Amino acid sequence: MNDNEHILKHIAKEGSAGYDRKIMDYIHNAATHGLYEIRGMGAKRAVPNFDDLVLLGASLSRYPLEGYREKCSTKTILGTRFASKPIELEIPITIAGMSFGALSANVKESLGRAATEMGTSTTTGDGGMTAEERQSSKTLVYQCLPSRYGFNPDDVRRADAIEIVIGQGAKPGGGGMLLGQKISPRVAKMRTLPEGIDQRSACRHPDWTGPDDLVIKIQELREMTDWEKPIYVKVGATRTFHDVKLAVHAGADVIVVDGMQGGTAATQTCFIEHVGIPTLAALRQAVDALEDLDMKGKVQLIISGGVRTGADVAKALAMGADAVAIGQGVLYALGCNHDAYTLDGVVHSACNDYEQLGTAAGFCHHCHTGRCPVGITTQDEQLAQRLMPDLGAKRLKNYLKTLNMELTTLARACGKQNVHHLEREDLAAMTIEAAAMARLPLAGTDWVPGF
Amino acid sequence: MDSMNFDLATTPLRDLNRFLHQDAIAQGIKQVTVLHPDGAHNIAVGLNAPVTVDIEGHAGYYAAGMLKHGEVTIHGNAGTGVAENMMSGKVHVKGFASVSAGASAHGGLLVVDGDTSLRCGISLKGGDIVVGGSVGSFSGFMAQAGRMVICGNAGDALGDSLYEAVIYVRGTIKSLGADARLEEMTESDYQAVGELLVAAGYSYDPHEFKRVASAKSLYHWNADANQEY
Repeated sequence: MNDNEHILKHIAKEGSAGYDRKIMDYIHNAATHGLYEIRGMGAKRAVPNFDDLVLLGASLSRYPLEGYREKCSTKTILGTRFASKPIELEIPITIAGMSFGALSANVKESLGRAATEMGTSTTTGDGGMTAEERQSSKTLVYQCLPSRYGFNPDDVRRADAIEIVIGQGAKPGGGGMLLGQKISPRVAKMRTLPEGIDQRSACRHPDWTGPDDLVIKIQELREMTDWEKPIYVKVGATRTFHDVKLAVHAGADVIVVDGMQGGTAATQTCFIEHVGIPTLAALRQAVDALEDLDMKGKVQLIISGGVRTGADVAKALAMGADAVAIGQGVLYALGCNHDAYTLDGVVHSACNDYEQLGTAAGFCHHCHTGRCPVGITTQDEQLAQRLMPDLGAKRLKNYLKTLNMELTTLARACGKQNVHHLEREDLAAMTIEAAAMARLPLAGTDWVPGF
Repeated sequence: MDSMNFDLATTPLRDLNRFLHQDAIAQGIKQVTVLHPDGAHNIAVGLNAPVTVDIEGHAGYYAAGMLKHGEVTIHGNAGTGVAENMMSGKVHVKGFASVSAGASAHGGLLVVDGDTSLRCGISLKGGDIVVGGSVGSFSGFMAQAGRMVICGNAGDALGDSLYEAVIYVRGTIKSLGADARLEEMTESDYQAVGELLVAAGYSYDPHEFKRVASAKSLYHWNADANQEY
């Protein structure tokens, strides 16, 4: 081969940045099926996140706490604004709302048991409250969603707090979905739907339409519960600064902001990857809004969407969150994307099951199919046996315990006796993008891009 | 004494609702009259006791919302979301009702003597609604179960994206929503309409009504109906 042929060969195989293999696959798939892709989990694209921040541990200018002797409080109180019975948690790490329907009943029970053992809260989802999760959860947050599936006054009274869901990070502006494979007889009955249909949920609440109406809706729930229970408002992260202000104006006790990395059981991929802003940017906007209204500390803020580690929790708290909520991390802790599951005490490979779904452990996002190889996101009775509540609760408790240990270790290193004393001054950014979104100085400089 | 008056001109709403939730049964109260409601929101929400509540005037948003037990009569007009998410019992609006009347009601009977605005019976989950007058557009939107009897006319997009709920209309229908269709009335339909009319206190002939139900073409994802989702 002469030089020219060599060059021509390379030119002939030049890839396109705009039409790379991934986008070509997308177009081929769209042309074949005529339907958008629906899948589970969260955004897979790289976005600025908590890994792009570092904590500034103490040295001469700050005094660290002795990690093994000096106490570091993690107590967290939520809902102090109007509710006569605020939520008291032992740790600032909560379980995000995930539905029975998306998850098996075994999993919902696992979440409740682990949360209770760790002194934190768990949350219902689109589909109502199951007896298992109420019984197993000391502190249970009850979601009021646009669909109102299974929503009823008895469960409102049974709940410890109510969360009005405006949107979620994976699909701000979009309604819920649950495909027919997961509409089992029990799920169908709870949601008042025919068995096996592809469930479409509304994206707007049926009985209110804007922030002024929300004021009255929140009052209704307060009157209904004699002003005892905290009312949370959850928004998917988009125009977060304004949304948080409106939620505060509407009378929320607690605001939950879910960034674009937040997960879903089933949503169009175009939503998951292309709607919303990263958690890092949303958290900063939410804190700005609370400070602008002088409501920081009066209205509590929970951040979710891609919170995975104790370091993530520490950074979120330092940026101004009062607590975090975790969904996908919880599923991974239970064994999501693991290559094996345990049944009757025996470990079995799940590889063939992943293969049948056309995927592999570590890459699976097939929650929407209901054929979860490790028995988490399924309504199939056989598959659901692959994660029993004893094991699920144990694994999740270990995960939450690890996060909390990491959180307190890092807080002590920053000289804090209370994790809620972590502050923005304890943080620096590793990239210009993260610095701009989080409004933190680039590490080693006092430069905050854009400010 | 088995009845009691609450004058909202002088008594906070919170006292009324707390009384209905916590004290009415214990004190043997079976009937409560609410005076001077003057459009107050959230009157008698979460009622969960066999108590009859008469609201003597106009009510604001969510009157009788999430009713579980009891009977509420509004001797005037009702604001947004009257009887929203009710589970059982009866709510009777003597006047007109605003948007989202009976939204996501799981059970019970809502009667509105006058007209209702947009989205009456939206997301209905098993409750029954009888409207003496007409209903606005998008009524019965995504209604999953239950029955609506409309003695007057229906606006645009009636029954859009219906699931298993059934809508009966006596007058004209401006337009049907996606996946909603007219169907033949059967004997069981005539009987159901007749019983609901009696329960609501109306004397119309069930044979005057048309049946609207879901064509069920949106029950499964369909690439050829992409604008309907």
